[in-house]
Amino acid sequence: MSTIFDKSRIGKNKYAVPGYGLSSSGDIPPSFLRSHVDLPDVNETEMVRHYTGLSTLNFGVDTGMYPLGSCTMKYNPKVNEKLASMESFTSLHPMIDCCYSQGALQIMHELTEYLCSITGMDSFSLAPAAGAHGELTAVMMIKKYFQEKGENRPVILIPDSAHGTNPASVAMCGFEIKTVHSNPEGDVDIESLKSLLDENVAAMMLTSPSTLGLFDRHLTQVSRLLHDNGSLFYCDGANLNAVMGVAKIKDMGFDIMHVNLHKTFSTPHGGGGPGSGPVGVVSKLVPYLPVPAVVKQGNEYMLNYENKRSIGRVHSFYGNFLIMLRAFIYIRMMGEKGIRGVSEHAVLNANYLMARLKSEYHLPYKRICMHEFVLSDRDLPNHVTTNDVAKRILDYGIHSPTVYFPLIVDGALMVEPTETESLEYLDDFVKVMKQIKKEAMEDPDMVKNAPHKTPLRRVDAVTAARKPVLKWEKE
Amino acid sequence: MNFIAITEEDRKHMLREIGVNDIKDLFKDIPENIRNAYSLELPEALSEIEVEKLLKKHASGNTLPVSFVGAGVYQHQVPAVVDALASRSEFYTAYTPYQPEVSQGTLTAIFEFQSMISNLTGMDATNASMYDGATALAESVMMASSHSKKNRIAVSGALHPNYLHVLQTYAWASDMEIIVIGTENGVTSLTDMENLLDDSIAACVVQYPNFWGCIEDLSSFSKKAREKNVLIIVAVNEMMSLGLLKPPGEFGADIVCGEAQSFGNYPAFGGPMVGFISVKKEFLRKIPGRLVGKTTDVDGKEAYVLTLQTREQHIRREKATSNICTNEGLMALRSVMYLSLIGPKLTDIARLNHSLASYMKAGLLSLGFTAVFQSPFFNEFVVKKDNVNILYEKLKNDGFILGLNLEAYGMKDCMLVCVTEYRTRDEIDSLLAACRNAIA
Repeated sequence: MSTIFDKSRIGKNKYAVPGYGLSSSGDIPPSFLRSHVDLPDVNETEMVRHYTGLSTLNFGVDTGMYPLGSCTMKYNPKVNEKLASMESFTSLHPMIDCCYSQGALQIMHELTEYLCSITGMDSFSLAPAAGAHGELTAVMMIKKYFQEKGENRPVILIPDSAHGTNPASVAMCGFEIKTVHSNPEGDVDIESLKSLLDENVAAMMLTSPSTLGLFDRHLTQVSRLLHDNGSLFYCDGANLNAVMGVAKIKDMGFDIMHVNLHKTFSTPHGGGGPGSGPVGVVSKLVPYLPVPAVVKQGNEYMLNYENKRSIGRVHSFYGNFLIMLRAFIYIRMMGEKGIRGVSEHAVLNANYLMARLKSEYHLPYKRICMHEFVLSDRDLPNHVTTNDVAKRILDYGIHSPTVYFPLIVDGALMVEPTETESLEYLDDFVKVMKQIKKEAMEDPDMVKNAPHKTPLRRVDAVTAARKPVLKWEKE
Repeated sequence: MNFIAITEEDRKHMLREIGVNDIKDLFKDIPENIRNAYSLELPEALSEIEVEKLLKKHASGNTLPVSFVGAGVYQHQVPAVVDALASRSEFYTAYTPYQPEVSQGTLTAIFEFQSMISNLTGMDATNASMYDGATALAESVMMASSHSKKNRIAVSGALHPNYLHVLQTYAWASDMEIIVIGTENGVTSLTDMENLLDDSIAACVVQYPNFWGCIEDLSSFSKKAREKNVLIIVAVNEMMSLGLLKPPGEFGADIVCGEAQSFGNYPAFGGPMVGFISVKKEFLRKIPGRLVGKTTDVDGKEAYVLTLQTREQHIRREKATSNICTNEGLMALRSVMYLSLIGPKLTDIARLNHSLASYMKAGLLSLGFTAVFQSPFFNEFVVKKDNVNILYEKLKNDGFILGLNLEAYGMKDCMLVCVTEYRTRDEIDSLLAACRNAIA
């Protein structure tokens, strides 16, 4: 579809701006002023048609099933949207006295308590604005911890199955990365870990449950080896949706973690954010949490900057408040039983799909999964690939699962239904996957040239990279 | 358990299909000592009816005075179309546009955002957004440092203190050194630049307009930086100013970063915001964040797709230009909707900001305030009055916030006052009347 610029013509915009009879910019020197702004000149009706039209080209969770592994595309409750749009929340300014924002600060304070209850951690900072931001914040805290201890530990261990943000976050803080291998059963290879452990290792990062959708059976051993080595153990909490109310991250032996509110706690993905990635810690790491902290004194809530050992600020203000607000509402609606029910059903739904699909597609890890599982294209005939399958699924009104991640499975296809899919949607997904397998055998071009029914067909990403056009130009 | 559609009967059927007796059997890989059934200590579940009442109670704990505070977050009018269109669930319940065939809505809008911000900043390319202006600055500084292979950065003393704090955190973490350039008459001191800038410095950073609302003379600033062979980073945290002011790109800025919250987004207690980074062509392979490029599909139709992904974490991992993944996509969408609606009238709105702020300033000066700086300003300025704290408290009782008290920033009796088009001439008149009464 064309852009709004293509609809522009001088004189169409009739947006009225009051003047209040005031004089204009006379006192700004003319040499400081621009000659014009280069923005589209369209009328409101056209602008509304344009964006309405764009929205119809998108597929969201509200459109259909979105089994994107590792992303937890669960239903985004509309009550969150309604309440988060209240003027008393949206119009709050972060730089005025705390007495004006007691409601907001209370929500932040209570959310921190709920996250502690769910994960077992002793304290949280809500400042990081996304999961990767949380990872970065945590790596900074690990750095500060060892700096204060006077220990030079320049290495962080990361498994070969890790999400790309893990090594990227570590590199941003100047640490060296060493890779821990996973064994053929999908657990951390203990010998690989032992061979890397020495006095240079500050920490290990691990996603738990793992990026394969499995609970790592060596977890207790890994945690003990790290702690005996004086190292810290970081949990990438992207997969928290699998274990809430069943197991606590702290009990698994982790010292520090991040949570993704836009995954586990139902806040919408927004087509690329906003997210929120709170960081949780055990008590010995509390001093390093970013400032400010939200504290309660008597009946009053305040922002506290006094922590001298903090790594400092990681956000211009306090993090993504309107996202925290949605997570707060969600947790209050779920309650204890509801939160446990979320994880139990996330795991039930995933295992059901795995049970019904394991005879159709190659299943690299043949044991009970958590909230997601990985298939691969290994046994597909006629050179049909994971990418082809992902594209063909779109023709059936379902969003593709995650593809080619984690890296340790060739042609990985990672399926995470979440707990909000009904049995009908799950069975429909199975039916579609079986149908595509059949097509791969009997009519492979149908799959290889998919999608056929979407607003656009396969795009030329190669030219887009070779000759990047990143802004609109008049032809 | 509102949002779970699985019935008791479904559960039995599914467990049978899986081959286990109970849901609890699905958690067997978790060691017993970790997997104990335990209390979560969460409050009792609330129905939608009850949670709405609860949130209204919390909301009433937040009060909204008539406020003249800016300082990095600017309350502007959010036109009705923005909320209406951005609340279409195909936009906000979508994921990252990794499957372009079903994401042209998001991808086209982000391409438009990149285009409009590039036009406003006068730069070659802009990314799809960063978390906020402060982290956009921090990552711009890291990019400049990596590009020039130097780890010292000079930063104007007129940078927003919160931005400086975030920058200092990132700099400490990545072994960079930040030195602060002094200011003179409310703007960056060229003399100090002359003394401080040398060939150990990768880049110098200036905020435009700066923390005190003063419009920096980018022509002199960039000339000095060029003389010293240092990269120029301009941070814009009130993007509305670019509706009126010359784009930093015209002065030769290498990198422009900032905060686009002013376009179509609410103050939101400081988050979500919408940062961005705009660059000259030379930095294209180093820029953090997502980039949307124009291309075609197999049928030759106009298409948009995430591009130059080899910079990003999911492909380059530890060699990525940044770890950023989820950014502020929906806020960028709101910004582009705002800019599409307002279009060329952005200049009128910017002018209105300035004329309202000028009116307020003249009114305060007539009541015995003094202007602290003589530099030109956009919609924010600093005024001083003896014992201004007392006046501030009296005005609070009348429902007004005069401005940001700069005492905590080392400027006694000074107020940073901001007026946007969200405030009316009548509100200013009411504030001035209340001031007059309080002083009397």
